[in-house]
Amino acid sequence: MSNHLNLTLQIWRQDGPTAPGRFETYEARNIPDDASFLEMLDVVNEGLIEQGNVPIEFPHDCREGICGTCGVMINGRAHGQEKGTATCQLHMRKFSDGDTIAIEPWRAAAFPVVKDLVVDRSPLDAIIEAGGFITAPTGTAGDANDTPIPKEAADSAMDAAACIGCGACVAACPNSAGQLFTSAKLWHLNSLPQGQPERYKRTEEMVETMEQFFGSCTNHGECSEACPKEISIDFIAYMNRDYIKSKRTNRKLAGQR
Amino acid sequence: MVLDSKIPEGPLAEKWDKHKFDIKLVNPANKRKFKVLVVGTGLAGSSAAATLAELGYEVEAFTFHDSPRRAHSIAAQGGINGAKNYRNDGDSIYRLFYDTIKGGDYRGREANTYRLAQVSVDIIDQMAAQGVPFAREYGGLLANRSFGGAQVSRTFYARGQTGQQLLLGAYQQMMGQVHAGKVKLHTRMEMLDLVMKDGEAAGIVCRNLLTGEITSHSGHAVVLATGGYGNVFYLSTNAMTCNVSAAWRAHRKGAYFANPCYTQIHPTCIPAADEFQSKLTLMSESLRNDGRIWVPRDPDEQRRARDIPEADRYYYLEEKYPAFGNLVPRDVASRNAKTVVDQGLGVGPLKNGVYLDFAAAIDRDGLDKVWERYSNLFEMYERITGEDPREMPMRIFPATHYTMGGLWVDYNLMTNVPGLYACGEANFSDHGANRLGASALMQGLADGYFVLPYTIGDSLAGKLGTDPVSTDDPVFQEAEQGVRDQINTFLSINGTQSPDYFHRELGKLVWNYIGMERDQNGLEKAVSEIRALREEFWKDLRVLGNSDTLNSSLEKAGRVADFFELAELMARDALDREESCGGHFRAESQTPEGEALRNDDDFAHVSAWEWHDADTPQTKHAEELIFENVKLTQRSYK
Repeated sequence: MSNHLNLTLQIWRQDGPTAPGRFETYEARNIPDDASFLEMLDVVNEGLIEQGNVPIEFPHDCREGICGTCGVMINGRAHGQEKGTATCQLHMRKFSDGDTIAIEPWRAAAFPVVKDLVVDRSPLDAIIEAGGFITAPTGTAGDANDTPIPKEAADSAMDAAACIGCGACVAACPNSAGQLFTSAKLWHLNSLPQGQPERYKRTEEMVETMEQFFGSCTNHGECSEACPKEISIDFIAYMNRDYIKSKRTNRKLAGQR
Repeated sequence: MVLDSKIPEGPLAEKWDKHKFDIKLVNPANKRKFKVLVVGTGLAGSSAAATLAELGYEVEAFTFHDSPRRAHSIAAQGGINGAKNYRNDGDSIYRLFYDTIKGGDYRGREANTYRLAQVSVDIIDQMAAQGVPFAREYGGLLANRSFGGAQVSRTFYARGQTGQQLLLGAYQQMMGQVHAGKVKLHTRMEMLDLVMKDGEAAGIVCRNLLTGEITSHSGHAVVLATGGYGNVFYLSTNAMTCNVSAAWRAHRKGAYFANPCYTQIHPTCIPAADEFQSKLTLMSESLRNDGRIWVPRDPDEQRRARDIPEADRYYYLEEKYPAFGNLVPRDVASRNAKTVVDQGLGVGPLKNGVYLDFAAAIDRDGLDKVWERYSNLFEMYERITGEDPREMPMRIFPATHYTMGGLWVDYNLMTNVPGLYACGEANFSDHGANRLGASALMQGLADGYFVLPYTIGDSLAGKLGTDPVSTDDPVFQEAEQGVRDQINTFLSINGTQSPDYFHRELGKLVWNYIGMERDQNGLEKAVSEIRALREEFWKDLRVLGNSDTLNSSLEKAGRVADFFELAELMARDALDREESCGGHFRAESQTPEGEALRNDDDFAHVSAWEWHDADTPQTKHAEELIFENVKLTQRSYK
């Protein structure tokens, strides 16, 4: 049977985007160590409601580590200390009785706080909208097996495509850079034969949209370390190479504009 | 009202082509004159929004998530069926159709199911063209596996993240159309009412979840792609915010709700660990390809799983169903797990699971091979339970996963409300009483990519030259007021219990009385107990905070209110259907071997329920199911 923990939580509360924020201290009592981190917050919230206090807003949905909705800073680390684990997959058996846990929203200017632990990550969608797709209108596709793709290439594309868009890479980065997210989508699409026609247009537009919102990469590697899908920092190098090439290629295509 | 399914005449294999020719088309230059509202951006919604925009329609898409990519389609693990016959193992469109009709226990429409199998082939081509990184063989061609009881290998997959990769494909395609200015995307917008004008769908009312602002949106057609209602069970594999509200509020405005009692209990989920459990996690049933399911023969067994000799293990599926073994359909696997756990043979600290054991597969294929197939699932399992499936068998138990029931639609995917469409899990149409593995992704994409974008033209063509109803029209103002009133009610009850409390209590009733096995006595109890709890909800609910900021407790209150009404209808539908079929098992109707016993004479029909008001039971309308191609047989997986 499970053990039970008593914890002290220091949680960032902020009523709205423009309201000042503050840390509040809460006690979490008698939490079974089989519970997930978010279930621990559920228990705290039920207690708050019982006492007549407004519950803590925190981001979550699928609770199986795939939708990318969840994500908070736990003791200063994006998604907490477990490698390759989203907040919702973190379980209380990784903590000890008597621990104090600090819980904050993602830290990044590009991700303003909406309320409490919830932030606005819409710049990630803006990057995808700029070019993170392959133009293949419905009905135009040939037979799927007409284009063989070496297994290694498909696997490598899948490694990049595994990104869940949670934004932990940005939150963990000292520069709040969006390179890991952007490069993962670029490598997914740019490394496949289907992605070639739009490769350089896509690269230039996604990178330049990214630059509007996020800081610059200085190769700290914190992004990859915090990533719940352990996306490799190598993709950033591939993106940089494609970006340089895109400036030349796109200028040529545009007739030396 | 007579339900006209609009199923085309003619031979099964020609119906869809003939229908596409017979229905009205909208001229390419006229498509831009029509506005279509698409609610929900999962597989069905994103693919529909993208394709409608490509065709030239003006599209507005709505999601209550912060990004369309969060929709719960993303969590599907195992794969997507496609009748490609790439493995040369005898698959065909007809075989996929037949398996789906049979798997649905002969409670689906032949014509819809055949069309689904037909377009399954196009879906694979489409998704590959979009760059979905499907698993491949070393020669570069697409890999397949056999999945969820199929006797051919027709399932395409992307590691254990097929739903994620397909959703990202559809999302990206839609974002391309957002980029092109053809789709207007509204995030963090929850639909809270359907607006009707002169008996037709005129638009929707939404609440902005960040600011609380209530707004009206009108269009020539409304498409609901808002998913299923599995969260009525509280504990399910659905995401926390999955809900029935969009479909239910359409039901309250006149759309019939069909077959609500058809709910699928997935056999391979991680059992609940404690009283705070908030959701259950599915382990892809592809695991059943290599895992053997067993429990100890002795209810007092104390040894660790590895130390229990073969003779003391009860491989109940392999013993009872030698032909299909561990690959029997989901409903059969689930019910058998419940049976052994009810017999006291369950495993784990709460004795609420059965073993799923990979030792034999590891001996046969080597650890590397097995790890390559299931590494992400093994890791996920270990993260949740703290146990390594390579060292000791997984513990699994059934959990609510998918709902076959939903809004009634005709062959065009239009509800009985003109101008209102439903696609994906939100409709009822293609899976009968039980959905086969790897068919949900297929149906969501079939509806969104290849069916709805064609069929919607049939109703739009007649509206050429008309404008959508103005949002200044009193019908919109009244609907907005209704939404505001409900929100104010939630905030002013000032009771003692949270929305989650009521949801959890409701879930227990639904699981106990309308779960894997149902009987008349329990269902009658369910109706009265759900009503009593609903009354308590409206008296004793406590929602704190305001309506003008993010307030998930307030959002939840509205969703739970709708679950109460749905749960009662589920019980009534289950009571009315005095037979067992697929996901609906009535204890009174079983074969001597304990298998589901259908009653084709009285119940080979779709039950579509018409709403009156919250205190009057719905009226049933029956749509007879006509089988011209398959012979109805008692399912047997022995």
